[in-house]
Amino acid sequence: MDIIPHLLDGFLVALQPTNLFLVIIGCAVGLFIGAMPGLGSVNGVAILLPVTFIVPPTSAIIFLAAIYYGAMYGGAISSIMLGIPGASTAVATTFDGRPMATQGRADVALVAAATASFVGGTISVILFTAFAPPLAHVALAFGSEEEFALMMLAFSTFVGLGGDDIPKTIFSILIGLVLSAVGLDIISGAPRLIFGDLPGFYHGINFLVLAIGIYGIGEILWTIESSRGEVEVSQAVVTFRRVLSALKEMGGCVKTMIMGSLVGYFVGLLPAAGATPGSIMAYGFAKTMSRNPDSFGKGNIQGVAAPESANNAASTGSMLPMLTLGIPGSPTTAILLGGMVIWGLEPGPRLFVDQTEFVWGLIASLYVANLFSLVLNVAFIPVFVWVLKLPFTILAPVIFVLCVVGGYAPTQDMHDVWLMLLFGVVGYLLRKLDYPMAPMVLAIVLGPLAESSLRQSLLLSRGSLTVFFERPISGPIMGIAVLLFLLPVFKAVQRRRAASKESEAGPHG
Amino acid sequence: MRRAELLMAVVLAIFSGYLMWKSTELPIGWVPDRGPGGGAFPFWLSTGMLLSSLWIFVRAVRGVTPQSQSTEPYFDSQSAVLVALVVGALTAMIGAIYWVGVYGAIPLFFVFYMKIIGRHSWLQTAAFAILAPIVTFFFFEILLNITLPKGMTEPLFYPLYDIFLS
Repeated sequence: MDIIPHLLDGFLVALQPTNLFLVIIGCAVGLFIGAMPGLGSVNGVAILLPVTFIVPPTSAIIFLAAIYYGAMYGGAISSIMLGIPGASTAVATTFDGRPMATQGRADVALVAAATASFVGGTISVILFTAFAPPLAHVALAFGSEEEFALMMLAFSTFVGLGGDDIPKTIFSILIGLVLSAVGLDIISGAPRLIFGDLPGFYHGINFLVLAIGIYGIGEILWTIESSRGEVEVSQAVVTFRRVLSALKEMGGCVKTMIMGSLVGYFVGLLPAAGATPGSIMAYGFAKTMSRNPDSFGKGNIQGVAAPESANNAASTGSMLPMLTLGIPGSPTTAILLGGMVIWGLEPGPRLFVDQTEFVWGLIASLYVANLFSLVLNVAFIPVFVWVLKLPFTILAPVIFVLCVVGGYAPTQDMHDVWLMLLFGVVGYLLRKLDYPMAPMVLAIVLGPLAESSLRQSLLLSRGSLTVFFERPISGPIMGIAVLLFLLPVFKAVQRRRAASKESEAGPHG
Repeated sequence: MRRAELLMAVVLAIFSGYLMWKSTELPIGWVPDRGPGGGAFPFWLSTGMLLSSLWIFVRAVRGVTPQSQSTEPYFDSQSAVLVALVVGALTAMIGAIYWVGVYGAIPLFFVFYMKIIGRHSWLQTAAFAILAPIVTFFFFEILLNITLPKGMTEPLFYPLYDIFLS
């Protein structure tokens, strides 16, 4: 496949005045959302998706991808200035970013975060450009069996690698899938799971209702409860000269940033992993690779560069499976994927054949978004510091109103607004007990596709489940998925064995 | 926290059972020539939900999960009041949409939230309460062409429709 001419065509799309304007707005909005403690890319994309119905799909996804990018940059701002991660993806940035700020080097930390984000973003977009077309080409040959196997793989990563409580994770996946089955049965057309005979359930449960409920209303409730009390905002002096000297200091971080980008990118490909563990892993690697690991956690600039390059790289990485396989690599891309369905596109490898403008416009816009996020981030540091001082009692009602109107807009049915409130409150209560929410959102997006590919495969195989293990591509994928599902069992057995050995050894020692 | 963990598992198990029962309204077995029936997919998944909520319950009883060992309250009284107030305000706003419409409910919500919960000045509150519906109107109704419910305020909008939508 000729990548370069396609990419150039993509730039022609991305640089159209409307799209360029949307990239800039998206980056600015993303930076703002990322900088607000408690709100991250997934909240921004979920709440603002209904707003994009006005523009064609290509412009819509360019806008949302820019928000995604901007939020990854913005997360670092509150990590450094407040010591509170602006989004979970920027947790690792607080480890060294906050000490730097208290030492009066907040500006250096902010510039380091922005530069590292830029490097991470750029390296990962180049990797993305190189890998996506061949992967999509391979995926074109996939049948319903492979589709189903890939989805099982996506869910299995949550169980095997997610790190949350296992039964709670499984419950979260299953309830998402069941909620996606509400509405009319895809094959017989018979009404199904119409609770209380309410007519609002006939059109199914739109994934956006769940996503806005959980990531809009639920998240704000969570933030209201957890962010009570005053926080102290550090001061940052930003002059051109200080930015230059900060950049010079970044020269020593090149290796760390490249390492962080690669770690972030490959961890980001996995649906359950993504930017948060990716950035924490990159931080850990940077610390072990360092000549004086003791300086980490006390304001080492490498400790800012590693996680920030990793979380941006991870956000690009999570788009690769979304675009080529139709399997989202993160909750944010799950919402983008659901958006594609609303815009009338069919996610999956066919996009690379049928919707070249959409795909390459998006890829090219990632390069552009990266550049603008960097420029806006550094140029408007004082504005973001001011934003952090905004009381949450102003921001919260604005977001609630956006949620209510945004929840109404896609279906124009008050039923969905009530449902969204219900999901928000229940999701918040579940989250307090550590039920993971991301698998649920992923499941409701993938549910319809999972069901149709399962039923299609079973129809062809006359009900035999072995078909998924017999085909040359779906077989190994299913095999890995089963292994990942069983991983916690292996771990538990190992732990028990180790424990029993210890107790055996106990009386003697 | 421990009680909340156990109670939640029980509630989820009951809900899963209800979903299983609800799924059987459609055939859950094999339909000749059509593959699995329409109820099969949700039925077996909700069976899985039931099993995992029982698993959660057992783990909570045995005290394996951190929540079941925690002696902290699920809600301290201060945040319970705050969250209840916010959820109540949201419910009231959505309910009020039927009656006074989106453009009546939004300002009321802002006044309640910013003045009562946030204790901001009247000036700030008024600015948001007045600006928010105007921005909403122009963005959603004019740009996106999405008609929002207006309840009894509908007639007030006829002149605006004439100006912007004709």
